[in-house]
Amino acid sequence: MSKQPAAVVGVGQTHHRAKREDVSMAGLCREAIDRALLDANLSFDDIDAIVVGKAPDLFEGVMMPELYLAEALGAAGKPLLRVHTAGSVGGSTAIVAASLVQSGVHKRVLTVAFEKQSESNAMWALSVPVPFIMPVHAGAGGYFAPHVRSYIRRSNAPLHIGAVVAAKDRQNALKNPFAHLQNKDTTVESVLASQMLWDPIRYDETCPSSDGACALVIADADTAASVDNPAWIHATAMRSEPTTAAERDQVNPQAGRDAAAYLWKQAGITNPRREIDAVEMYVPFSWFEPMWLENLGFADEGEGWKLTESGVTAMTGDLPVNCSGGVLSSNPIGASGMLRFAEAALQVRGRAGEHQVDGVRRALGHAYGGGSQFFAMWVVGADKPAL
Amino acid sequence: MTTSQARTLSAPLRVSFDYTRSVGPTLGAFFAGLRERRLVAGRLADGSVVLPPPEFDPATHEPVTDFVEVGPAGTVQSWTWVPEPVAEQPFDRPFAWALVLLDGATAPFLHALDIPYDDLRVGMRVRARWVNEPVGAITDIACFEKLRDQEDPPRDAAGDPPTHGRLITPVNLDYTYAASPEESAFFRGLEQGRILGQRCPACGKVYVPPRGACPVDGVPTTDEVELPGTGTVTTFCIVNVPFLGQKITPPYVSAYVLLDGADIAFLHLILGIEASEVRMGMRVEAVWRPRDEWGTTVENISHFAPTDEPDADFESYKVHL
Repeated sequence: MSKQPAAVVGVGQTHHRAKREDVSMAGLCREAIDRALLDANLSFDDIDAIVVGKAPDLFEGVMMPELYLAEALGAAGKPLLRVHTAGSVGGSTAIVAASLVQSGVHKRVLTVAFEKQSESNAMWALSVPVPFIMPVHAGAGGYFAPHVRSYIRRSNAPLHIGAVVAAKDRQNALKNPFAHLQNKDTTVESVLASQMLWDPIRYDETCPSSDGACALVIADADTAASVDNPAWIHATAMRSEPTTAAERDQVNPQAGRDAAAYLWKQAGITNPRREIDAVEMYVPFSWFEPMWLENLGFADEGEGWKLTESGVTAMTGDLPVNCSGGVLSSNPIGASGMLRFAEAALQVRGRAGEHQVDGVRRALGHAYGGGSQFFAMWVVGADKPAL
Repeated sequence: MTTSQARTLSAPLRVSFDYTRSVGPTLGAFFAGLRERRLVAGRLADGSVVLPPPEFDPATHEPVTDFVEVGPAGTVQSWTWVPEPVAEQPFDRPFAWALVLLDGATAPFLHALDIPYDDLRVGMRVRARWVNEPVGAITDIACFEKLRDQEDPPRDAAGDPPTHGRLITPVNLDYTYAASPEESAFFRGLEQGRILGQRCPACGKVYVPPRGACPVDGVPTTDEVELPGTGTVTTFCIVNVPFLGQKITPPYVSAYVLLDGADIAFLHLILGIEASEVRMGMRVEAVWRPRDEWGTTVENISHFAPTDEPDADFESYKVHL
């Protein structure tokens, strides 16, 4: 059977907050799901299968939460799959859901991703001391900071670029009512003045710790025909690589480059810088914007920071990046990748509200996870793809 | 000592955290009921009565909001014997877990029975025994016990009204962490003051610590290579942030050190220089703890400290970034 067209026909997300003490994990997921179903004008009865994603179980201390979430996700009597690829899980979960439609197995698939960081402490969960080794590791920031330093050295980027990204994304977040951080006073200067946490990463260059969920309804062409402005899925790609290997490039990982090359080829895109109208990429620490601009092929190696510095990635630039405020403004970890995919869909549907970019025809959603070793990305478009 | 113990090293690893649960309105009603010594079940659209109440009706998908009190007496539907209880179970002596169909409920509830093995019967009547000071947690029910003939189920006095929808649930996981044979050889080498890596026979890259298999070629790494305690800082992070469970007081420099002759850097601590003076390319050497403190651990190397050598040329380590 040839590949079937698939589209995002419903998008839902929670208002991301530091603590959602009023809802359980199930309730949090349902807020996003109910909004996605309402947006799609569908009910649970219309859904054929459910795909759920979240980051490591240690983050909430609930082993296999999909077991207890089954009825909340409307999965009684239906297939329920759980996906896990660390921080990229929201993206890979959406891709698994899309593949169930593209393969012709199901017509309408509900997918949801979540994290309730307030139930635990991600930094603790990522830094459990292992016997026999040196206990110098210090959470995600401690992991990525040396690689950010490597990027700065390799690219000779000016030291304020990270602050440019952080200030831009925090200002963009003011246009997104769902965004966790709403810090209107954030400027390049205020970011540079914030505390150095994991040198060279400052406090304001890091993502917050959020409770939140995101859900999508992904459907076949027949269903999409009855929906206003579906976001057609033009291409998807996932790639992985070892966490550590001799001479592994942690600044510009091979798996990310390979995934992007395959993605652009599938989507028929030869010049992503010109042909992509909006980008939602996974930037948990501000310097990852220029790093991923290069990894994805929007800029040559060592040149990504120049796009950031010159305002190309601002909402008013010709390659707007993270108009939603991005991971730097909301980080419910398991949901963060799906939020990138969802925001790309909102952009091509013309439904991004105040952070809508005019005339978006094709947008990129991107996520990465683990030690920069899992990559998931998709291109969605306003036009039905020629498959 | 068994053969496997001799071959590999292992050590206890305890993962422990007090998780905070936001329970939401439905389970919140259940926990609030426990605090008043009441068993609050949910009535579903099909008429079934379930304890604890599911947050969402599996058939209609709607939130469960119709609450009904059940018990405190019920009937044992099934049981299983726990001959060797583990920590934090309801009893420290052998006991039974049972499925109890509480009066008024249509689905059974799992809890412990304080009933001797020889007295256990399917169909026997039991009732909840409460702890003295319920707090709004499942442990407010100490267990279920025999309900004697003709006895009316007791109505316990209500406690204070519920005030919270959050629970703290400590989770403790006790593992035995086992190092691989190759890692064990590495850690045992450290106990002798030696740093032992392995070379991949396919790509020739030297891994330290050794992996047992090359992550690129997937072939066993068998050739042992002894490495010196000198190397180059490829890149690093200055950790200024304190966090739960942290072993080293910040600020400290966590650096990738590429030992001379190795093809992969590993993380260690840099001391003997101001953090702000640490540089990419800085030449360093291992500073060992006193020999009588050595064990089978990387911590035998206290830290790496700068040498008098000039910094390494960027070209010499840039493929390791």
